Amino acid sequence: MTEAQTPHAAAGATDAEAAEGHVYTVSGEDWDEIIAAANEARDFQSGERLVINMGPQHPSTHGVLRLVLTLEGETVVEVRPAIGYLHTGIEKNMEFRTWTQGVTFCTRADYLMPLFNEVAYCLAVERLLGIEDRIPERAQIIRVLMLELNRITSHLGGIAPMGLELGATTIYTQGARLRERGLDLLELVTGLRMNHAYMRPGGVAQDLPPGALEAIRAFLDTTPALVRDLRTLIDANPIFIGRNKGVAYLDLAGCMALGVTGPMLRSTGLPWDLRKSQPYCGYETYDFDVPTVDTCDAYGRYLVRMDEVDQSLRIVRQCVDRLAARGSAGPDKDPVMIRDAKIGWPAQLSLGPDGLGPSPEHIKHIMGQSMEALIHHFKLITEGFRVPAGQAYAAVESPRGELGAHVVSDGGTRPYRVHLRDPSFNHLQSVAAVCEGGMVADLIPAIASIDPVMGGVDR
Amino acid sequence: MSGPDSTGKAGPEETHGSQAPQGPVPPVAEPEAEAEENLPARLGEERLAEPVVRTGMFGVQGTPDTSGYGLLRVHRAPVLASPRPYGSYFDEVADALGSALEAAGVGFSDAIERVVADRGELTLYVRRERLPEVAAKLRDDPALRFELCGGVSGVHYPHDTGRELHAVYHLLSITHNRRLRVEVAAPDADPHIPSLVGVYPAVNWHERETWDFFGLIFDGHPALTRIQMPDDWKGHPQRKDYPLGGIPVEYRGAKIPAPDERRDYS
Repeated sequence: MTEAQTPHAAAGATDAEAAEGHVYTVSGEDWDEIIAAANEARDFQSGERLVINMGPQHPSTHGVLRLVLTLEGETVVEVRPAIGYLHTGIEKNMEFRTWTQGVTFCTRADYLMPLFNEVAYCLAVERLLGIEDRIPERAQIIRVLMLELNRITSHLGGIAPMGLELGATTIYTQGARLRERGLDLLELVTGLRMNHAYMRPGGVAQDLPPGALEAIRAFLDTTPALVRDLRTLIDANPIFIGRNKGVAYLDLAGCMALGVTGPMLRSTGLPWDLRKSQPYCGYETYDFDVPTVDTCDAYGRYLVRMDEVDQSLRIVRQCVDRLAARGSAGPDKDPVMIRDAKIGWPAQLSLGPDGLGPSPEHIKHIMGQSMEALIHHFKLITEGFRVPAGQAYAAVESPRGELGAHVVSDGGTRPYRVHLRDPSFNHLQSVAAVCEGGMVADLIPAIASIDPVMGGVDR
Repeated sequence: MSGPDSTGKAGPEETHGSQAPQGPVPPVAEPEAEAEENLPARLGEERLAEPVVRTGMFGVQGTPDTSGYGLLRVHRAPVLASPRPYGSYFDEVADALGSALEAAGVGFSDAIERVVADRGELTLYVRRERLPEVAAKLRDDPALRFELCGGVSGVHYPHDTGRELHAVYHLLSITHNRRLRVEVAAPDADPHIPSLVGVYPAVNWHERETWDFFGLIFDGHPALTRIQMPDDWKGHPQRKDYPLGGIPVEYRGAKIPAPDERRDYS
């Protein structure tokens, strides 16, 4: 521990003495010295407040989140989240790529729900293009299927570390293993566990590979029992309940004022879910419920998330049944990409000697049969398509709440501006509201119940 | 180059490239049965009064052109203002807001510059000095009840002289299940917009982000500091005059230039 006499500004200081303070740099298990120093300070001065810097590399703050805490004893008097450690300029970068390439960037924003970022962006681009009604039904079903699988992995990716942060390693290992099963399916379909770039304006990049439906069915057969096991471990666990019940209270009025949506809003009893209220991708044709609780606390949010996992499994099952009933897709029947030579990227891919690429039929068509098709292909891939000038805002119900994409076009081949309204960014504002006045130990479940993902917060 | 699918396999009846930047087009013999507004040549015409933003094709300048594409002149999309009726629930929202403002002694057109109903979304362009008033009405009036403000996103239009910086608010009414976009503009020389934190506390961080990225100053914000960039950062990175940066990358023997140095088709 080092000690410096550097004076630093203290808000609300009344005299010169109060503006002076000791700065301690804590790098390991030297808490004894801090406690001794705090006691000393209490004895000799009136300064009983301790300013602690939690993060950005603290293991229980969900990524590179930094919290500046002011403590009085163990009570949190003030907490100010500091963000920006993972800012990667995704929105700016998208302005320098084509509309289709933009997907590869926005998928990296909130890395626990990459497919939701993609779909929100694609829906906005499709609205600008005016092709919302022309997206093939098969593509819509695949989108819903993938989104719900992603919702399951995202919720488990929030709940499992929540257990770890409370000291329950088993919850983490069980939850993470379960999540990995979902990620396996995403990998089977898209080729990647995350950052898929699978959705595209006009449809999806590729049809489901052979054997995917069987793998998803196997997942559906085994997963409900594993989710039940996990819930048996957590739901009535006295330690988990003790740490979470009544913690991080935020009621409906608070949620409205702070723009909070998603499981946090549904834990106040309001069944607001964009999939029901403003359906997209054909969600109005699926059978599912919107789980709510009325406890407004961290435990309620956990319950909502777990119930949503069950509902997502229900939707996935319906998607699989629909896809099975439709049979396999071909180049001319049941496409997964809009039939529009000016917009639709090649979506009938096959594995060649140099990797995944357009199918031999497509190559034969553009290289040997149609000069126009070759020109279209070349222009579409190099230059991209133009999007009529205007702006659109498309919102989807992501695992964390309303994820919106505000997309502006000036009529060119690249987005003029893309803004992702990320729920994590918005919800982190509520940290002060739900944590101030509570115990410092409650901070951990509170943050975990907000479930922020810094990739989305900082973009 | 015309709109995304104004030629090609889609067939003319499926076109939606309504703003096809065509330049002067010779008059077309019109079949009587066809509605006049569906003809692409007509739909492009309102652009002709706008300034030219692009000439030629393929991002190439100064090469001997034998294709004729070099003569292409693309005009900027015109500023839209929708006439009544706006359609959908938009008229109800405008009427309710009008009467709420009237009750407070403010004329609708004193507060709202113009209204755009485009692609199923309603945008109100609000004069910046009236923004907090309008937002309070939008939140509180029983017929409006836009309880939730999704956030603010800035947009920089360097060519839009006198109103270069835009702040766009995405409002949501849970009571009526409606969406609304409120857009406010400020000139670059005086980038001030009243803060909405007092009406919608949720926009606190969003306004900080817009200040950080665009340099828009939200007057009355409790602590307008940078949020994503470091505190000592110079400039506002999402502005159009701020370069993206980057270095050329070598891949399999070829040099690929930095993204903002590449050929530009727009």
